[in-house]
Amino acid sequence: MNKLFRELLPFGSLILVIAILSLWQPESFLTLDNFLNVLRRSSVYGIIALGMTFVIISGGIDLSVGSLLALCGMLAAGVMIGIAGQEPSSGVMILGTAIGLLAGAVGGALSGALITKLKLQPFIATLGTMSLYRGIALVMYDGQPINVASYRYLGEGSLLGIPVSVVLFVVVTVMSGAILHFTRFGRHVYAIGSNVQAAYHAGVKVDRSLIGVYLLGGLLTGLGAMIAMSRTVSAQPTAGVGAELDVIAAVVIGGASLSGGRGTVTGTIVGSLLISFLRNGCTLMGISTNAQLIVIGVVIVFAVALDQFTRRKASDAA
Amino acid sequence: MNLSFPMESSQFVIEMRGICKSFGSVKALEDVTLQVPQGTVHGLVGANGAGKSTLMKILAGLHRPDSGEIVRKGKICSWKNPSEAIASGVAMIYQELSLAPDLTVAENVWLGIEPSGRVCGTYSKKRMLEDTLALAEKHGFNLDPDQKVENLPASVCQIVEALKAIARNAEILVMDEPTSSCGEKEVAIILEMVRRLRGAGTTIIYISHRLEEVVEVAENITVLRDGRAVHTGPAKDLKIVDIVTHMVGRDVQHYFPKREVEIGSRVLRVSGLSSSSVRDIGFDLRRGEIVGVAGLVGAGRTELARVLCGLDEAICGSVELEGKEVMIENPADALSCGIMYVTEDRKRTGLFLDCPALWSMTLPCLAQLGMKYILKLDRENEIAEETAGKLSLKWLGPQAPANSLSGGNQQKLLLGRALIAQSLIWVLDEPTRGIDIAAKVDIYELIGRMVEKGKAILMISSELPELFGIADRILVMRRGRLVGNLVTSQTTQEAVMHLAAVDQERK
Repeated sequence: MNKLFRELLPFGSLILVIAILSLWQPESFLTLDNFLNVLRRSSVYGIIALGMTFVIISGGIDLSVGSLLALCGMLAAGVMIGIAGQEPSSGVMILGTAIGLLAGAVGGALSGALITKLKLQPFIATLGTMSLYRGIALVMYDGQPINVASYRYLGEGSLLGIPVSVVLFVVVTVMSGAILHFTRFGRHVYAIGSNVQAAYHAGVKVDRSLIGVYLLGGLLTGLGAMIAMSRTVSAQPTAGVGAELDVIAAVVIGGASLSGGRGTVTGTIVGSLLISFLRNGCTLMGISTNAQLIVIGVVIVFAVALDQFTRRKASDAA
Repeated sequence: MNLSFPMESSQFVIEMRGICKSFGSVKALEDVTLQVPQGTVHGLVGANGAGKSTLMKILAGLHRPDSGEIVRKGKICSWKNPSEAIASGVAMIYQELSLAPDLTVAENVWLGIEPSGRVCGTYSKKRMLEDTLALAEKHGFNLDPDQKVENLPASVCQIVEALKAIARNAEILVMDEPTSSCGEKEVAIILEMVRRLRGAGTTIIYISHRLEEVVEVAENITVLRDGRAVHTGPAKDLKIVDIVTHMVGRDVQHYFPKREVEIGSRVLRVSGLSSSSVRDIGFDLRRGEIVGVAGLVGAGRTELARVLCGLDEAICGSVELEGKEVMIENPADALSCGIMYVTEDRKRTGLFLDCPALWSMTLPCLAQLGMKYILKLDRENEIAEETAGKLSLKWLGPQAPANSLSGGNQQKLLLGRALIAQSLIWVLDEPTRGIDIAAKVDIYELIGRMVEKGKAILMISSELPELFGIADRILVMRRGRLVGNLVTSQTTQEAVMHLAAVDQERK
């Protein structure tokens, strides 16, 4: 009973928020368009949060995702207009997208290498790469954004009536869940987060797995960057400032533990959607973006405190 | 109790009478009496787990006895915590030192009781340095009070610990294995320190595994065995051989289901193997053979297992597996060679406590089970259940977290790895430590079944009766070296203990 309650708790808070907003603002909130809108908006940080889920389960943290988001966008857009000017062809856009994804993977892997090879704490290593990536993104075009007017598909396109970004979000969600629960790599990620010494003793190649974790986180950040860039049809060197905190919040609301070994894909999805629906609801109610921060801050603390509380209850009962 | 006791006991600076202590169903101490005269060094010896540490923890106020009393200065004391013990002048120096490495000698000595400076809330560094120097000189030590502790060798750290205790007006110092991490030179420094402290009137209770040291420095010696004080007397009347006999005893009988197994071909040959902690190790291991590794705590037994299983780097030497030389650089290499290490420290390096119990069992074996990339959860569950059956493992099911299992069952989870992997060589490090007798017998039987199937077992154990019960041969380690390779049926526990505890070169 208690266990069931705990499993449902993150869903419970999400359902509660949706129910309250539905009753409050039935005409504007409870529409398919609004829901798709929320999903589309949550897709960028949601996809990055899925990568962060791996990182946090492994017992680490990646503060560089916001900066990497900007850097991937700038590199991708830079390649596109560098080759073909303001209106690149689809081939060039695909190439640019590939560069953006690759940049994400390399950026993540670099953080992972710093953590494993130089034995830096993840917080410190990614604090460094956070500044490094932001700096490169800003220096590239002297702090100016790059406009790529024709790069619209990821942000505005749709497949069978569903926005492409939402489709990608769903695909990445399913794949992340599959990797985490049905592959040896996923098992190793949990094992490392739970007890890195024991994992090493059991023959897990800890360094290699951790680099893989940060690489995956970076790759998904690159994907998020491409969607974000497409939505505004421009790459901003200041994109994603503070994104790492929203992303970590989503993962933590979903029940992951910053000390590692615990966390789920469903939890992260719920956490991301909870933040998005709160933002959306606040906007519909006319609460300013500044005041929204207050609401979100309170919800994060409350959700995590409740999670800790029920967990303690459950372990007391056991 | 005898009415004349208080008068008699006035000659003792501290006295523990009839101390009993149990942890759960385990009796750690039974009716132990320890009487220490003023200004003497009292040696306390016994095998691992004989109750030395428990007795001293009671004296230091960390544990409270179930019955019995402590008499200090003619008064019965009941200390609720270590600070009350320190206030009565009893201080303990632990095996793991409790100094702050980043602070200086003086700062450590006066930590928490710093002499106050002129301005309220500050302390006088000058006075602190002077006081430390004065204290050191009074006891005949020569050290720089402004030196950072992290730069000091282990022996000098012991001196700092002692000064720290004396600065708190300690009259009785309990030293727990002060030389366990020291080389010959440092041992000499520590023994000299003990003599000087005694010369200045401090009473010392000296615990050590190194018997020759104890005989050298102590006036009186108490031997503990299985929670009882089996002998107390002046050191000059005791030979090391006598102490060993007292430590081992003759009344220990256990049930060991030893099977007669034909010893097969050689599977492992180790020669000249050295790491940062062990030197020049060489031995053979054959199919169907159980080889025990005996030695005292810190003798390098676990370190031998670690270098063999790729956890520590081998500096030189070779490992031959079935006639072929192999390089084992990490635990994954060891696994693929068919060597399975089962750790002595289950919680820290073995189990994934919060995770489903079967993870702890199957993790090293996944690739071998055809799950190198994709897991087959049903099959994994099936294998875990089947293995649990073979081990008579009691659990709430494969998905229950590992920390919901008892110690013996947690150990079985780790042993299950070797079963699933069908490892050729099992390296078991204290496989029966801290588990109940029923689980112990299960494990002995499992080991017996495995050697019948031609596996080879290397088993580290601190319990000599256990090794004599099941091992075919016993390797004895001392200070990182192999000092004995004995056929069990042709040796005695006394002989092994003697090899393990007595420095042949110093004699």
